[in-house]
Amino acid sequence: MNRPFFMRKLVNALMLSLCGVCALVSVSVLFIILGYLLWNGGRFLTWTFLTRLPTPVGEPGGGMANAIVGSGKVLLLAALTGVPVGFVGGIYLAEFGGRVFPFLVRYTADLLNGVPSIVMGIFAYTVVVLPMHHFSTLAGGLALGAMLIPIVLRSTEEFLRAVPQSLREGALALGASKSRAIATVVIPAGFQGIATGILLALARVAGETAPLIFTSANNRFWSRGWNQPTATLPVMIWTYASSAYEDWHRQAWAAGLILLMLVLVANAGARLILARRTSVAR
Amino acid sequence: MVSQETPAKRSTAKIQVRGLNFYYGPRQALYDISLGIAEKKITALIGPSGCGKSTFLRTLNRMHELVRQARAEGQLLLDGEDIMSMDVTRLRRRVGMVFQKSNPFPKTIFENVAYGLRVNGYPKGRPLADLVEASLKRAALWDEVKDSLHKSAYALSGGQQQRLCIARALAVNPEVLLLDEPCSALDPIATAKIEELLFALRESCTIVIVTHNMQQAARVADYTGFFLMGRLVEFDETKVVFTRPRRRETEDYITGRFG
Repeated sequence: MNRPFFMRKLVNALMLSLCGVCALVSVSVLFIILGYLLWNGGRFLTWTFLTRLPTPVGEPGGGMANAIVGSGKVLLLAALTGVPVGFVGGIYLAEFGGRVFPFLVRYTADLLNGVPSIVMGIFAYTVVVLPMHHFSTLAGGLALGAMLIPIVLRSTEEFLRAVPQSLREGALALGASKSRAIATVVIPAGFQGIATGILLALARVAGETAPLIFTSANNRFWSRGWNQPTATLPVMIWTYASSAYEDWHRQAWAAGLILLMLVLVANAGARLILARRTSVAR
Repeated sequence: MVSQETPAKRSTAKIQVRGLNFYYGPRQALYDISLGIAEKKITALIGPSGCGKSTFLRTLNRMHELVRQARAEGQLLLDGEDIMSMDVTRLRRRVGMVFQKSNPFPKTIFENVAYGLRVNGYPKGRPLADLVEASLKRAALWDEVKDSLHKSAYALSGGQQQRLCIARALAVNPEVLLLDEPCSALDPIATAKIEELLFALRESCTIVIVTHNMQQAARVADYTGFFLMGRLVEFDETKVVFTRPRRRETEDYITGRFG
């Protein structure tokens, strides 16, 4: 007579613990990676590593200053090309347009979002590297910029759509033109969300390796210009980690840690921005 | 339905509407509306939800154009000038609007009021501050906010926000002020303040107010129009509508038999 209740409780307890275990596994994967990276990378993360150029094989010491600066340059280029296009495109999708064309753009953006990053690399390789006949910072920046466009486009659109229609009406009812209302009321209202989206998008492409391998390639020295190949953190990690030298492995760990910290800082920054928004608006 | 232009004839008609039909796509929302809005008077529009009173109000400054597939046919005149062919920016400057839910911009109190002025090309500097102050005074909000002009408008209470929206609309000195159920989200005290304000504004402004609250219409309006299922059933002086309505539907509605 008590049996059915016993069974129910048993199943309940079983399912509950299953959920708990799965949650624990997913969290611990993150923490194991984090801890491992901190342990291995932290030990070799020195001032020299941040400020010096790589040394020739066999010679100990040296750093990845050129890769850190190179990553910064590539990201800057990516932001300069990808963010404006995605941002303005997102405004178009959210505020203008009929039915068919925005649908096409949205659909294409979602497809583009799913395109493997290495394909983006091939794109930049074809448009920039082949005509120029050599690898360059420019090509790497364009590859990442092309990846940024669909991400920024969709997140800008989403955050603009979240702006209440009543604000648009309020501005238009005061005699503002549509573009004026968008520029002075709608975008400022959604700005924190949009900025967060851009920050997260940049953090995402910062770790991309595949599209950089055959666009910005690699460089053992300081890159001498935007049209010259440059070292970047992800490509350095890939090169060093797949090498045969113990010293290079250590440096790959340290570079990985830096990259991870970059992503963590961007995430934390994004959360901070969003948290401030909720406290201001109603 | 009868089209009654009587009230407006007793004073000057600021807005004259003749034979207005309104459609949302294939669905007709307003049928052959004709009425005159008296200058410097308060006209209230009442009726059950979905009767078309808000739609009507929105055609007066062409806010209906924001809705896809919305279409208005008929004659709308503002001081004898065709509203439909007027430059929409100029029209909305002359015919301001306050919405059901207060919608201050995510800016400071000052910038909210200054917005209309900036959009309409006023110079920066001292005159702007004076105009902002004057508008806030007209909206009876100045004393409450004069020390917090540069704080976020969201820090204000609901009633204050709604008065801020009125101040914002007044800043560009509109000839007509449209209010779409401005008190529906407010408590009785905040409502009373806004009603008081409307009385004061009548001196300088033609006011059209849509309301669900019949007592409100009875309290503030000089003229009242009763809408039912997209038609203007009755339109007359408020005291006539509320004491000797000519039509059965009006009487049923105001005595609470339906709606």
